[in-house]
Amino acid sequence: MDNLHTLSVNVNGVTYTRAVEARLLLSDFLRHELNLTGTHVGCEHGSCGACTILMDDQAVRSCIMFAVQSNGHTLTTIEGLTPDGNMQHLHPLQTAFHEKHGLQCGYCTPGFLMTLLPFLAENPHPSDQEIREAISGNLCRCTGYQNIIEAVKLAAQKKAPRP
Amino acid sequence: MKPAPFLYFAPNSLDEALLLLAQYGDEGKVLAGGQSLIPTMNFRLAQPAVLIDLNLIAELFYVRAQADGPLHIGAMTRQRTLERDPLIAAHAPLLQATMPHIAHPQIRNRGTIGGSLAHADPAAELPAVALALNAQLRLRSQHNERWVAARDFYRGLFTTALAADEMLVEIALPSLPPRTGWSIQEMARRHGDYAIVGVAATLTLDEQGRCTQATLALLSVGEGPVQAQQAIKLLQGELPTPALLAAAAATTAQIDIDPTADIHASVAFRRHLAQVLTRKALTEAFERAKR
Repeated sequence: MDNLHTLSVNVNGVTYTRAVEARLLLSDFLRHELNLTGTHVGCEHGSCGACTILMDDQAVRSCIMFAVQSNGHTLTTIEGLTPDGNMQHLHPLQTAFHEKHGLQCGYCTPGFLMTLLPFLAENPHPSDQEIREAISGNLCRCTGYQNIIEAVKLAAQKKAPRP
Repeated sequence: MKPAPFLYFAPNSLDEALLLLAQYGDEGKVLAGGQSLIPTMNFRLAQPAVLIDLNLIAELFYVRAQADGPLHIGAMTRQRTLERDPLIAAHAPLLQATMPHIAHPQIRNRGTIGGSLAHADPAAELPAVALALNAQLRLRSQHNERWVAARDFYRGLFTTALAADEMLVEIALPSLPPRTGWSIQEMARRHGDYAIVGVAATLTLDEQGRCTQATLALLSVGEGPVQAQQAIKLLQGELPTPALLAAAAATTAQIDIDPTADIHASVAFRRHLAQVLTRKALTEAFERAKR
């Protein structure tokens, strides 16, 4: 039962090859195998959205996928938004969250940002209602969401490009 | 929480998957989008010994339309694809309109039509919509194939007509007759959450404006999707006046369904919602049918 499966996956432009158990969740693979701890784990059953990452440019929940299923795919995590790690080089969506106070404790923020990147790419000028529906799968217990919506509107105004 | 260990296969062809399913039978579980199965495994409510992952089987991902024939959808077609595919918009607008109600974009990027239909969650939208659209389901096993109507597919709580070695591989939706309107209505605490009650309906009119055919299926009011049979009888052959539609909604809520209470809603509240949502659904379907 402890058969290992080899997987090769591109994360933020770097290709990693590892042998893992089939039951290893993608979120745990990113955090424990690759030390990319920016992807947060909240509920671990697909309710809270904190673990949202991009797979082939589409938002998915990494806690309800197995790592082996990412074999051959391209992933983007929150670390991919600021590749050099320099705070001066934050992604425009990150800057907008900063400016509009779209976060307090920050635990849910990576999930929000990764959910919003493809959304803004497809809906460059979203209405308030569209923003609310887009983030309906992400829970935030600090902000009350209003400032997140303000941040998304600001980012849209700035025409945030994709990473 | 983490899933218990399992033996994992990711076949590249349907034949290979069916062979594995024949081999492992009851021990084997098919993994489609995984948006219900993997959470259940994380909780260890499900501990399948063998997982057969269908995500690499390219032949199960498709949407095909024939002139005047049914629309054919491969079981692994993602819900996000159904939301955006112009063939779905043109041939099955009710199915397309259902998608935004199903969880959230992140879930629909992975979730599949076949996975949701076969999972048979009574709170899921797709089983009820399959009933409302008179869907036919193609079931395959290693040596056999059969078509089952959606109304014969559901057998109770999380239970379907699928045998242990069978897999749902395709969904066929007959084209809607002329002068047919449709609607989906639901009430959920938060957009994308499981609905407390939901209703899918279609209404077909003849040239005199009488209802020749109606379908009405509800979710979250029973052990599976529930057809409102008495309400449908009430509509057949009649002019869909506001009074008739209201009577059909009352019949649905009082006679056709047998809801239970849970943390979200009492029986009385579920019946109330069923009545309000059914009337809204029938009214909208009627308005669309008249156009």
